[in-house]
Amino acid sequence: MKRKLAIIFLLVIISLQIFNSFAIQRFPKPEFESGHTQPPTITPDPRAHALAILDVFVLVAALSVVSWLVIKKRSRKGVFWMSVFAVLYFGFFREGCVCSVGSLQNITLALFNPEYSIPITVIAFFILPLVYTLFFGRTFCAGVCPLGALQDIFALHPMPIKSWLEKVLGIIPFIYLGLAILYAATSTDFVICRYDPFIGFFRLDASFMMFMIGAMLLLIGVFIARPYCRFLCPYGALLNLVSRFSKKHITITPTECIQCRLCEDSCPFGAIEKPVLLKDKEARPIAVRRFLILGIIIPVLVIVGGFVGSQFHENLAIVNPKVRLANELLNNTNYGETEKEAFEITAFNSAGQSKEELFKEAGSIIKQFYYGGWILGGFIGLVFGLTLVSLSVFKYREDYTPNKGTCLSCVRCVDYCPVLPISNDY
Amino acid sequence: MAKKEKKKKLNRRDFIDRGFRVSIGIGLVGIGGVLFKKSKAKEYVWQLDPEKCIQCGRCATSCVMTPSVVKCFHVYDMCGYCDLCGGYFRPEAKNLTTAAENQLCPTSAIVRKFVEEPFFEYDIIEELCNGCGKCVKGCGAFGNGSLQLQVNHRLCVNCNECAIARDCPADAYQRVPMDNPYIFSGYSNEENKS
Repeated sequence: MKRKLAIIFLLVIISLQIFNSFAIQRFPKPEFESGHTQPPTITPDPRAHALAILDVFVLVAALSVVSWLVIKKRSRKGVFWMSVFAVLYFGFFREGCVCSVGSLQNITLALFNPEYSIPITVIAFFILPLVYTLFFGRTFCAGVCPLGALQDIFALHPMPIKSWLEKVLGIIPFIYLGLAILYAATSTDFVICRYDPFIGFFRLDASFMMFMIGAMLLLIGVFIARPYCRFLCPYGALLNLVSRFSKKHITITPTECIQCRLCEDSCPFGAIEKPVLLKDKEARPIAVRRFLILGIIIPVLVIVGGFVGSQFHENLAIVNPKVRLANELLNNTNYGETEKEAFEITAFNSAGQSKEELFKEAGSIIKQFYYGGWILGGFIGLVFGLTLVSLSVFKYREDYTPNKGTCLSCVRCVDYCPVLPISNDY
Repeated sequence: MAKKEKKKKLNRRDFIDRGFRVSIGIGLVGIGGVLFKKSKAKEYVWQLDPEKCIQCGRCATSCVMTPSVVKCFHVYDMCGYCDLCGGYFRPEAKNLTTAAENQLCPTSAIVRKFVEEPFFEYDIIEELCNGCGKCVKGCGAFGNGSLQLQVNHRLCVNCNECAIARDCPADAYQRVPMDNPYIFSGYSNEENKS
């Protein structure tokens, strides 16, 4: 009887179609006669805030120790064990977020989106490695970044790659950086985090595709050392720029280079620059002509890049969920679903926003992408231009020196140098 | 003469380097300062708003963790302790028993316990729940809406950008302050404590 009543009641409710009245006390909570006590709703606490602060302290400590090991001790062994520590602590213990590489998106979002207030720990994760790089070179890459450290451990049989290829692939991080900033600034997506290939290993959980990409990169990394750091990492691109002006930077030789060429092929990242002697210097008229040509080419590249970028703004903008929704609504494509209404459309209809409002919003986002496309394209053009400059500018160099931009301060080359440091042992 | 020239050259390079170094330093301090002003000492975590949720089922599949860290939470304060529970039984259930064929939950994560005539209590086994939201839909449509999806913060790894937030069709995910990390619809955690 009771069951029938309940079913009838149910049918009444269904016929009334009150589906949207979520959280309505249709059935009042009973008063129990048997003295049954109601269990509490369990809401487990998130990871303690103190641990996030501890992370910043560990970051500072790790950066200081690695910088000391690189600059003062010049110890490859020490840096290696620090990278093991980085993989264990920042990788497996902390399980990834937030990392310095991803934090650059939070910084961008905070600068462009007034609604987002950024936690101080995230600012610390962004700024600290840059500050240390400004003083000591890319010591963060050497043994603090868990992504780099993981690949460094896998760099078992590094092989040199052609320098033109190295240069060309070296442009990718800047493009990636520009894209990541564009998408973060328009509050669209955090692409760096989305396509982080190694976080899945640290969490021991990821989608099949990301596992495959991560495994592929590690496998490639056995032969081409640290491929992500060199040819993809957008934060590495920033560090590259900053490191060029670092106050102190690791040197291959502790005192004076004797041109023995022993270190020539020691760098797995191709970051050692050979001496360029004065006699290689080209005649002045040719250099001047080249300078003039470059002076014309770079602005042209920037403008052409900007124009091309702005032409692709709609393709770039479609990644934004709001733009996508507006596009699907406009064309009645229903997200490619044929059998039923797509969830996005259902959610939009139940949210109560009018189509015009959405189109207006999407329009303003597309406009942002138009300007962003100009800036991104111009930036990419500039990167191409400056790469050209760096290839053709003559730089007098007597000794074997690490390229301050691309050197990851891993200290491998130091062991190849036969020159002994001046010490009191002799 | 040659040596002198070389020294001069190096000095110029050093000077330019120093200039860039100082300006980068100032830039970093500037960015840091601007952001520090609008930053909060609080950490943020991801949470979904059950009012916006349409129970599409993507929480179960989009999370970077397997099984998803989104779980069904039972707000007992809102539960009607119904015999015919829309969150427990399939719509076409033959009998109101705990037999598997009658259950809505694909993983049998809901336990039905008899309390007293005619009331039944429903508990969620967190380990079995995969956050598909089928029970939430059932309870919301036919009952009080006491079953609600929430991110379980003991399990959540707090990705910089939540993978479910990206896939959520209803835009229900948002960053919430760490000290109040749960949003229940029609029920406030704070009220209950006081």
